Parts: sequence; C-alpha cells; structure tokens
Amino acid sequence: MGVPEKIDTENLVELHNLKEYFPVRTGAFSTVPLKAVDGVSFNIRAGETLGLVGESGCGKTTVGRTMLRLYKPTGGEFYFDGELVTDKNIHRLRKQMQMVFQDPYSSLDPRMTVEDIIGEPLDIYHLYSSKAQRHERIMELMELVGLNAEHATRYAHEFSGGQRQRIGIARALAVNPKFIVCDEPVSALDVSIQAQVINMFEDLQKKLGVAYLFIAHDLLVVHHISKRIAVMYLGKLVEIADADDLNDNPIHPYTLSLLSAIPIPDPKTARASKRIVLEGDVPSPMHMPSGCPFRTRCRYATEQCAKEMPPLTDRGNGHSVACWNR
Amino acid sequence: MAANYDIPTPKKRLLSLQINPKLFEKATDEEKKQQDVMAQSTTFFRDGMRRLMKNPLAVISMIILIFVILVMAIAPSVVPYGYDEIITVEGVRDKEAANLKPFEYSPKEQAYMEKYNVQVFPHIMGTDELCRDYFIRVVYGTRVSFFVGIFASLMVLVIGTIYGAIAGYAGGKTDLIMMRIVDIIYSLPDILIIILLSVVLRETLDVSKVPLLGGLGSNMISMFIVFGLLYWVGMARLVRGQVLQTKENEYVLAAKSMGASSGRIIRKHILPNCLSVIIITTAQQIPTAIFTESYLSFIGLGVSLPRPSLGSLANAARSGMQSYPWKLVFPAAAIVLIVLAFNLIGDAMRDAFDPKLRK
Repeated sequence: MGVPEKIDTENLVELHNLKEYFPVRTGAFSTVPLKAVDGVSFNIRAGETLGLVGESGCGKTTVGRTMLRLYKPTGGEFYFDGELVTDKNIHRLRKQMQMVFQDPYSSLDPRMTVEDIIGEPLDIYHLYSSKAQRHERIMELMELVGLNAEHATRYAHEFSGGQRQRIGIARALAVNPKFIVCDEPVSALDVSIQAQVINMFEDLQKKLGVAYLFIAHDLLVVHHISKRIAVMYLGKLVEIADADDLNDNPIHPYTLSLLSAIPIPDPKTARASKRIVLEGDVPSPMHMPSGCPFRTRCRYATEQCAKEMPPLTDRGNGHSVACWNR
Repeated sequence: MAANYDIPTPKKRLLSLQINPKLFEKATDEEKKQQDVMAQSTTFFRDGMRRLMKNPLAVISMIILIFVILVMAIAPSVVPYGYDEIITVEGVRDKEAANLKPFEYSPKEQAYMEKYNVQVFPHIMGTDELCRDYFIRVVYGTRVSFFVGIFASLMVLVIGTIYGAIAGYAGGKTDLIMMRIVDIIYSLPDILIIILLSVVLRETLDVSKVPLLGGLGSNMISMFIVFGLLYWVGMARLVRGQVLQTKENEYVLAAKSMGASSGRIIRKHILPNCLSVIIITTAQQIPTAIFTESYLSFIGLGVSLPRPSLGSLANAARSGMQSYPWKLVFPAAAIVLIVLAFNLIGDAMRDAFDPKLRK
C-alpha cells in the first residue's frame, strides 16, 4: 500500500501497513522475527466502532498495543486525527487515546484505591487545579460508569469482575479521549455481566462520542457493538466490512468458518446449518506459510495462493477481502 | 402455602426448583441498602497498621523493642556509672568490686552504706573483672548494636532498592551489565574486605573527629563502608526479581498506556507492590547486621576498646563462663531479644501489608 499521498481528515484513526515483529532467540546469537502483525491497515471515523476479531494469537492485541506505542512498531504509519504518531508526540496524543484491558484483575493496581486508580491519568497530565476539583471529576466519572461514590476509597480486589472493568473504563475516560482501544474488555466476564458492560460501552459512545477499536474473539459481541468488523488471521487482515454485510455476506473462507462456529440459540436452526470445521492447526507465526497464511487450511487454495499473498481488494460497499479465489 | 389461595401455583415441572415467583416481593430501596453495607475503608497504611496491631506476637515484639530503646535512652542518665569507669567508693578505686553477682555489693560499698546510712545504686547485672558496672556496659553495647543494625540496613535498603529497581525495570542490556556487577561484588569475601579496610582506614582516616561516628573507631567505619559496598547486593537481586515479576502485570502496561513516566511507574506501581518483600528483607537485615557486628566484635574487629558491644562483651565473658555465667547470659539474651523482636515484626508487617491476605 505504501505511504498515502492524502490523509482523509474525516478519519480519526488511519493505520497504514502496520508491522510488528518480535525477535525470537533461536540460538546464542541468532534471532528469527515473529511476525505478530504483518501489514495491517484500517480506518476508524470519530465516534465509530471497529470490531477486530480473530483467534487467539493472531495479533489482535498487538495491533491495539502497537497503536498506543506500548510496543515500538517495526513498520507502517499511524495517523491520529490527521497527525502522524511518533515517539515525540505520543505523550501528548495519549491524552486522546486510551486503553481498556482484557483482565480486570491484573489491570488495576492492588495497592491503589479506586479514587487513585481513576485519578491517575488526571495526575499524569495535571488536569486539575485543586484536590477538590480532582475529587469532583473522579466522582463524575464513577457516576458515569455506574459506580457508587462510597466505592472511591476501596481497593480493586474488593470488587467483582464487572465492577472492576467499570473502574478500568472510568480510568480510560478520565482524560476525555477521542479513541479507546478496548482489548477484549468483556471476555473475562461472565455472560450476564458482559451484556451490562457492552451496553455501557454503547451508552458512553452515544454520550461522549468516543471511537472504539473493539478487540474480541466473540463474533456475536463484536457484531452487536461494531459498525464495521475487521477479521484477522495470523497477523494479516483478511476481510473488513460493515458489520451486517459481513454477517450476511461473508466472502473470505476464514470468515465463513468463524461465522459458522457461532452457537445458535435455536436448536432447529442449529441442526439445519452446517458447521465448517477447519482442518489442521494454526501455523506457527515464526514459520509462516508462503503466500496466503490461510492456504494450509483453506479448501479453496490453489497454486497461486502459495506464491503470493492476495491483496485486500474492495468488493463494493467498503467490503474488502484478501483472497484470490472468492 | 396453604394460606395463599389467591396466588395460583404454576404448573409443576420435573426439573424446576419448584419455586413460585409470585410469592416473592420486590425489595425496597432501604432493604437494598442494608445489603450494601461494606467495611469501613481506610488508607493503605492505616489499614496495615490496624492489622499489625491485631497480631499478638508483633505487639509483644514492639513492646520489647520500645522497652529496650527506652532503657538505652534513659539508663545512662540514671545509672551513676560510666561504661569505662571503675567503681570508686569515696573517691578511692574499689578493687574488691570485680566479678560481682547481680545486685551484689562489694565489702567496701557495704561498709560505706552502713557508715552513712545511704543506698548505693545497685549493680543490676553485677560487675566485670575490671570492676566496671556490667549493666551500663550492656546498655552501651546494645546501643552500638542497634545503631549498627539500623544504619547498615537503611544503607542496604536505599542502595539495594534503587539499584535493583532500575536493573529490573530497564531490563535488557542494562540489566545484564548491572547484574554482572552484582555477581562480581557477591563473590568478594566480606571478612577479608572488612579487615583490609579497617587496616587502611586506621592509617588514613582520623575518625575521632567525625561527629556521631567518632567514638566508634575505624573498625566500625570500615564495617559501614563494607555494608554500603557489599551487602546491598542481596537486596538488589531480590528487588530486581520482584520488579521483573511485578512489571509483567497489566496495570504497569495500563500506566504506560496512560503516559506515565518510568519514574512514576517505579514509584507508584512497582515499588509499592514489592513493598512487602522489601520490608521483610529490611527487617531481617537489621538482625543480620547486628549479628555481623557481634561476630566481628567477637573476633576482635568490632568497636575499639573500651567501648563495649554485645559481641565483644560475650567474647570477654567466654573465658569465665563456668564461674560467672551471667556475664555471658546478659549480652547473649540482649542479642536474642533484639534479633527475635525484629524478625517477628518483619514477619507481621509482611502479613499486615499484603492486601491479598486481608480478611
């Protein structure tokens, strides 16, 4: 794809060809790159949600973390609000980009009270002039995510998983960000709490107009919250489309099999529909297959797939797929 | 059930719990609030102290330590004898006052007391072979041991924690180089260094003019230097290990994603979460330092004479152990009490400040 000539100012987030390779030591002096993310590009508009799905280890989380420069990207550009994100301006831009973590048990410091956890971004950016103002802002945030004011002096381990995730969300919202990376925020919660937290994400988006990159492996959850969905396989984007379009009209064989794996609540329909079970295992990201990474498990694979990685091509309606044969 | 004629019972199902939902009524807001009662929340420190105070062993240890500190502070101004002063009766040296038993008076003292009908201050722990009051010598010895223990472990705490935290947090090559330096220092024989340093320092440094440390002599100074140079490595290794473990937690990543600086992450997130280990190690470092001082004094490398320390007192008492066992018992008991109390407090603090052990 290369460097684009023109930056679309309507996009809050523009990711171009993001690459993140981790060196893995194979001998005393030799390393092999583990291609966790290999050329991922997408856009997110202000106030929009992009769902990012894929199986464990496909690089979803790495995409989110590299965007926030928790890892230094190996290659590619990331434009935030029309500005190229570099090591120099990341500190300023982090005020507008925040993250909600997967595990609400380890993402909150056990030594800090809820007030201090939520107040930490305020402390870092000195966003208050008095202690009273800080307290007021924290109370406001706690109310926003549905926590009681009396919870402020408690420690994180005194809360349930859902409440802890609310604390994590309040912390992310403290600096009024425009964009939040939600790294599997509900996968550690049980189903009834998942619904509460997801509804809260939606309410907050309506109220505050934040954009989300919603990373998950549960397609139903992602479909519910996202406007558009991107599907990843082994560090590469294989399909990106509007949520409904992807659901009704999946093109990439990997998306097809993912969709067929969604449990259907009605037994009659479930029996009637056929599951596409993939054969074999996910190849090691250290020894990627040549060409398309999915070809080893794909029933449509041809010789061309082994030679060349298919580019992400637009099939109309903003529905892009990376496949030679479909 | 029989009274509720107006409530129709739903059709029974085989696998249901057979509960009639209509028999339940909604909880009022007031009733909901009653369920919401949680324990009074306090600050981390106050909460830890509260739990520390609930531990009987810790409280007893603290009382013992406070008692020892009070005795150390008050005794020199109450007891009319000096630690290097030979007992005198009416301005004349009392040569019969050697090796007295606890609370025993020498014949001269008894004669003096009968003559003027006054009470001479008792020798609480008897006297030593040079007719000096043993109690005041033990008190001064305890002072030295305390000073050495606390000062040395503070030095170890500060140097070891800062060094270990930086190595653990930075990781990679920085960590590799810093830890190899630690390995080198670890392999140096400490006793040899103490001996060498005390010889060199005696020649080059006139310690008697340094305030506070002056009375301790060059051996003590070299011991502090050795603690500062060598003994922090254990602490540094420990802190590094803890930091490596702690920094893998997602809350460190979260702080990074919020834009926190490395210094802030170490201070606010990593060190507080390593605190329990640092506290217990420091508390255990105090008795270790006291032991080191004692055995160095025991082999004649400790404080310079005539200043007593618990170790040199025990060493001096060794020769007369059969005839005057109390002279060994008192300094030994003082060492045991102090070391045990510090150890127990360290243990109790670890338990009290660990939020996961909170009941």
